[in-house]
Amino acid sequence: MSQDDLVVSKIKEAFPEAVESTGDFRGELTVVVGQEFVHDICQLLRDDEDLQYNFIIDIVGDDMLPEYPRFAVSYHLRSMDNVHDFRLRTTVEDPDEGPKTVGDVWKIATWLEMEVYDLMGISFEGNNSQRRLFLPEDWVGHPLRKDYPLGYEEVQFSFNYDAIQGKKPYAGKKQIGDE
Amino acid sequence: MLAPSGDTVAEITVEELRAKMGTLMEIEDEEHMLLSMGPQHPSTHGVLRLLLELDGERIVNLAPDIGFLHTGVEKSMESKTYTKGLVMTDRMDYLAPMSNNLGYILAVEKLLGVESPPRAQLIRMILVELQRISSHLVWLGTSALDLAAMTVFLYAFREREYILDVFEMVAGQRMMGSYFRPGGLWRDVPEEFEDAVRQFLDFMPSRIDDYEGLLTNNPIFLKRTKDVGVISGEDAIQWGMTGACLRGSGVDWDIRKKFPYLKYDEVEFDVPVEHEGDVYARYSCRMREMRESLRIIQQCMDMLPKAGKEFNLNDPKIVPPPRSTLGQSMEAVIHHFKLWTEGFKAPEGYAKVSIESPRGEFMCYIRGDGSAKPARVHFRTPSYVNLAAIPVLSKDLYVADLIAIIGSTDIVLGEIDR
Repeated sequence: MSQDDLVVSKIKEAFPEAVESTGDFRGELTVVVGQEFVHDICQLLRDDEDLQYNFIIDIVGDDMLPEYPRFAVSYHLRSMDNVHDFRLRTTVEDPDEGPKTVGDVWKIATWLEMEVYDLMGISFEGNNSQRRLFLPEDWVGHPLRKDYPLGYEEVQFSFNYDAIQGKKPYAGKKQIGDE
Repeated sequence: MLAPSGDTVAEITVEELRAKMGTLMEIEDEEHMLLSMGPQHPSTHGVLRLLLELDGERIVNLAPDIGFLHTGVEKSMESKTYTKGLVMTDRMDYLAPMSNNLGYILAVEKLLGVESPPRAQLIRMILVELQRISSHLVWLGTSALDLAAMTVFLYAFREREYILDVFEMVAGQRMMGSYFRPGGLWRDVPEEFEDAVRQFLDFMPSRIDDYEGLLTNNPIFLKRTKDVGVISGEDAIQWGMTGACLRGSGVDWDIRKKFPYLKYDEVEFDVPVEHEGDVYARYSCRMREMRESLRIIQQCMDMLPKAGKEFNLNDPKIVPPPRSTLGQSMEAVIHHFKLWTEGFKAPEGYAKVSIESPRGEFMCYIRGDGSAKPARVHFRTPSYVNLAAIPVLSKDLYVADLIAIIGSTDIVLGEIDR
């Protein structure tokens, strides 16, 4: 049995309802599971003697607009002993009620989730350090979402310097649309 | 990021500062002092701000405050074609642009399901290994400079200059070359390339001896680095550390060996591992890595003449036609026009590629949606993850040791903030 099959069968065995689909694209295994199972599956993947996924490479947030459910979170996991990588993926219906944090499984996961929260706005249940990381504290919106405009900076000339300066969105300044 | 309130930077009292910092750290003891280190501090290697909670001169707690260089690389790349997005990857890790290029290009090629010809792969290997040496030289110079060993800095930059001259020779630019393209290279290497690299291979081993002569047995350097910032192998894995930081803690892990890309499975090299897990172990790992890189370059140079002449994929849908054909072939003109306006279309799906960049594991994740632009690009940059372990490494040490630890983790802020 290949490592790919082993992972899928182990997850299916422990959580029969969890696996929604599995995919293999360009030799990469992707296992899509239900949001509520993510934490327990991660625990299993790390602790099971045959699997030993002891390293988390990254957590990536995805915005699938206009699909529904709109958001997805991918956990790239690695077993160093078995030299195997795969992707655990879950769809997130409500970004404010995201999957449970896996910070207690791999310590670094808290830090990786912070990035997803800041840029994609998916919050992880039980992660207490969710705050603005890259962006200023009072920034509005999450830039990696598809409905967030790309934005640009208007060029200031001497004749319109003040007009443009006045509407620049500085951090900490009241902006149009603020409460 | 902690932002100043209002339009100007207001003066704030200690209580207000504590309240603001309270969101980042819990202050345990009223006697403790809070200190903001950076973002203009030269030994933070960029615009990193560290909030320190100090008991006298000992570090009780530490919170990194990042984002000063955030440029939204991932967001911008969603609005560019696959080829145009390439130039953004150079700017992330500005000490190893070639490695970033490679990670991104390999992910694009994986998504497309193509592979570049052998000659291109060998040239890519030579250049990324040169890049690894040049990046390690900057690390060596600056981290030794932080520990007041000024001489190494000047020598290290002399050799780095030579490598940058080689890059200028092949890519036309010293740093932001964007030389690797989907399907191959921008152009073939010039004739002088081989001589230049061979010459480098000749003199570099003795130069590394020189650096080691200045540092390896230097009692001041040893006192500053031995048993400082110790992390065990298990902890390093838990904290996601990669690269020399992981190998310095006794974990034999190198992507080039475990998940070989390009032609790394055809060359012979060793993975340097040290077991102490301190600053000195990370130092000696990187020093030995430079020698291994030289070995890899040597073997690639020997393989290069037998690798054929093709340096680009023979697929006009991905690789633009040579300039010389534009005058004779209508089809070439059409392909040229289509590629530089619309770009090539990549299939729907995800692709993830990990490479061993000088700082650790660099991962690129691309989600294609069938159009000519990526739907999502994400980079797992080694510095971002390694940075998170600095609070663990520097617990209960002195502020002066923190300088050595930051130097030894080899962070690049452009890559952390992206």
